[in-house]
Amino acid sequence: MLHQQARATKPAAHATRASQTFTGNRGLDLEDPLIFEIGRSEVTGVDVDAPATTKTRLGALERTDPIGLPGVSEPEAIRHYVRLSRMNAAIDANIYPLGSCTMKHNPRLNEKMARLPGFGDVHPLQPQATVQGALALIDALAKNLLNLTNMSAVAMSPKAGAHGELCGLMAIKQAIITRGEEKTRRVILVPDSAHGTNPATAALLGFEVKSVPGDADGDVHLDAAKALIGPDVAAIMLTNPNTCGLFERDIVEIARAVHDAGGYFYCDGANFNAIVGKVRPGDLGVDAMHINLHKTFSTPHGGGGPGAGPVVLSARLAPYAPVPFIVRDGDALRLVEHTEGTQSFGRMTAFHGQMGMFVRAYAYILSHGADGLRQASEDAVLNANYVRACLADLMSQPFGERPCMHEALFDDAWLKGTGVTTLDFAKAMIDEGYHPMTMYFPLVVHGAMLIEPTESESLASLDLFVATLRDLAMSAKRGETERFTGAPHLAPRRRLDETGAARKPVLKWSPPVPIRDAAE
Amino acid sequence: MRYHPLTGEDRADMLARIGAENIDALFADVPEGKLLHEPLPLAPHKSELEVERILSNMAARNVAASHVPFFVGCGAYKHHVPSAVDHLIQRSEFLTSYTPYQPEIAQGTLQYLFEFQTQVAALTGMDVANASMYDGSTGTAEAVLMAHRITKRRKAVLSGGLHPHYAEVVRTLSQMANDEVVTLAPDVMAREDMLAAIDADISCVVIQTPDVFGNLRDLSAIAAACHAKGALLIAVFTEAISLGLLKSPGAMGADIVVGEGQSIGNALSFGGPYVGLFATREKYVRQMPGRLCGQTIDAEGRRGFVLTLSTREQHIRREKATSNICTNSGLCCLAFTIHMTLLGETGLERLARVNHANAVLLADAIADVPGAEVLNETFFNEFTIRVRGDAGDVLARMAERGVLGGVRASRLLPNAGVEDLIIVANTEVNMDEDRAAFVDALRAATSGAH
Repeated sequence: MLHQQARATKPAAHATRASQTFTGNRGLDLEDPLIFEIGRSEVTGVDVDAPATTKTRLGALERTDPIGLPGVSEPEAIRHYVRLSRMNAAIDANIYPLGSCTMKHNPRLNEKMARLPGFGDVHPLQPQATVQGALALIDALAKNLLNLTNMSAVAMSPKAGAHGELCGLMAIKQAIITRGEEKTRRVILVPDSAHGTNPATAALLGFEVKSVPGDADGDVHLDAAKALIGPDVAAIMLTNPNTCGLFERDIVEIARAVHDAGGYFYCDGANFNAIVGKVRPGDLGVDAMHINLHKTFSTPHGGGGPGAGPVVLSARLAPYAPVPFIVRDGDALRLVEHTEGTQSFGRMTAFHGQMGMFVRAYAYILSHGADGLRQASEDAVLNANYVRACLADLMSQPFGERPCMHEALFDDAWLKGTGVTTLDFAKAMIDEGYHPMTMYFPLVVHGAMLIEPTESESLASLDLFVATLRDLAMSAKRGETERFTGAPHLAPRRRLDETGAARKPVLKWSPPVPIRDAAE
Repeated sequence: MRYHPLTGEDRADMLARIGAENIDALFADVPEGKLLHEPLPLAPHKSELEVERILSNMAARNVAASHVPFFVGCGAYKHHVPSAVDHLIQRSEFLTSYTPYQPEIAQGTLQYLFEFQTQVAALTGMDVANASMYDGSTGTAEAVLMAHRITKRRKAVLSGGLHPHYAEVVRTLSQMANDEVVTLAPDVMAREDMLAAIDADISCVVIQTPDVFGNLRDLSAIAAACHAKGALLIAVFTEAISLGLLKSPGAMGADIVVGEGQSIGNALSFGGPYVGLFATREKYVRQMPGRLCGQTIDAEGRRGFVLTLSTREQHIRREKATSNICTNSGLCCLAFTIHMTLLGETGLERLARVNHANAVLLADAIADVPGAEVLNETFFNEFTIRVRGDAGDVLARMAERGVLGGVRASRLLPNAGVEDLIIVANTEVNMDEDRAAFVDALRAATSGAH
């Protein structure tokens, strides 16, 4: 596949470093070896009291071999992780315009609230009378999510967006089983522009995945979708706004068509952040939609997780929501933890979901209020359209002058003949201090560059970003290819050999082989 | 609104540059009648001070584990986490970065993932570990799917000692994926005949040690029986500290090891976010779900790290992926690896010994309470007691005396005839006075029962 070959980097030859130093450090950029190379098994950075003298109750199962774990003192540990941290790009330091990922400001109040002992230090299996405040928070967040979406119920336990997709499709499958149609409704329709998680989730549940093409304007092809919708279709999965950053103009009609044929409409809510307070998914005919709390409600991405993916459900799917869920019992709130006596399809995870993320998301919603949430969506859309307008004369857009939602999509047609690829262009942005945009996604656009500035950027920040991209674009067009093909030149690492990494995977540290053994 | 940098003037200038009359012109693609013009029925924005008051009041209605003698476990454990851990994970560059798709500017995340994978592989006694799953329960369900892929069979056997919620997660996914699951009866005393359940039709056995009732299980014979029938052994743990003192599942012959890593570095947080640990044999690595970090070199020949073997994953393989998982549990896995690095082998073993010794002290003290009996022959830091009367009533009476004494087994297993059982966890945070409070409360609670 094109995007795959284009994405994996394989540096041609070893370049020489511009400025060699004795340590390998460069000014404030400090290298640190692996913890296995600096720690020792007899060192510890935690003082633990001596165990009481007792007989053991371990039977014959006590460990006899060493584990092989190094330890370090606290100052060494702090230094190790602080040094590592400084090799990372972060939204706190600069715009992080990864389209579809929504890298916006993470308010520190929310971190503080999640760490209150009454939230951070309560156990999921404490007596429920001792966690009424925690249940009240989950319940309040749930009600807010329903208000924002105009849906009937919400499953709070899914742990991430993809887990939410799984939950939503399970609810749909359970509904189909209840109707006695599991033998006949076996198809899930997925646009070819969809996130990879959509077809992966459908396939996991044994559905047949059929791809729906897009049209020339970046929407799902309405006639093609209608032609595929029939009595064998369990559901259609649509992302809205879609992965091209566009609002699906025919979404209501597609929802109606799939409903008329007895199927369900799953909406991938990854891009809900563009429309909060502007459009309610329930008004569009959605039956199930996951909400990435780590995108729309700004719980920190944390280098790839943890996320949270509550799923809002229509009245038709609400009865099948997974356990646990919260019900009101007089003045108290109570968790229903077992499926007996319910129509619930089952359980997604051991406990009640990502409480730490719930607290942060609720703090975000309270802080923003109705006015702030709406403003956030409007500013996200405004910023993306501003970037689009400021670059439109230099960089080509696959879907013309149509306004975008929260992200601006460019293709690589404008790079033709320059010897610079989307990947090269992205890597050159790193030298200018920017994290690249999303590349080669969506797959339906050649050499895609998907820029999502979010509402967190000031006009000054956007202007500098746009000016930098213009400078780079003109440089590429002037034929200054070395600025791109060798990039990044100034990051903690040059391009890494991903092809080699996959061919002979080294997935953990191994002790160096002693020289005399290696020679044998 | 404090989080929004744009001013009204900025917005007007930007709309002019775009050539849009007003903001709603940018929403022109929304179908007729679907664009909201009135604000939603939510309160307006609030100051930081107001939000803090509201949430602090909610938090104050909960009993925090550190504020009382606390013995609740069953898959999540109260441990002391060094202050350095929470400080470090809040570094901007860790907290506010994304999945390391651009390795040149994500070496911090990638290097700690590589270190994490190495630590998990060592702890579990396995060849390779991934960069983490959502939690132990979802990891267990993924392990079963992986076993089905490897063996090309579609039937799993779950031990009666597996955490009932884990079993429920596996059953839910299996039922939906049209796979078969056999769950053995709840096995309080670790007496089930697992060998009898192993035949050439099953893809895997899923067995937990220490099990949900606290019993330690020797997996060696079960592993051998599985391998003789071409099936895999999936070993599960929910208390990662136990691995500091117990034979590793890898040493006992497990093929996939999956567990909950919350105990190391992570707060209780009412059940999440946690971190699923997942390890296997080298030969199965390409069937593994989840993110993997690998070592490589850059264009200057320097060592560096990248996400690798992504051809297993959904963003490349779509409907043919090994899993639909898209993230790992990044920051929780960072907390785990920092705490583990601070502990080192010496600290971990010592911490495990303190946990075990404390639990033994408590078990010995309970032996003197009339109307209560410890059922386990073996345990690590958690065991099951039988009480006179209903366990829920006993726990409620203990709570009235300010002691959160454990989990009633019937909360996890309704209608299983375990109404008189309490599962009790005892970690390094429980001091002598906490155990004394437990014993006094238990004595009072059981003497009142008839």
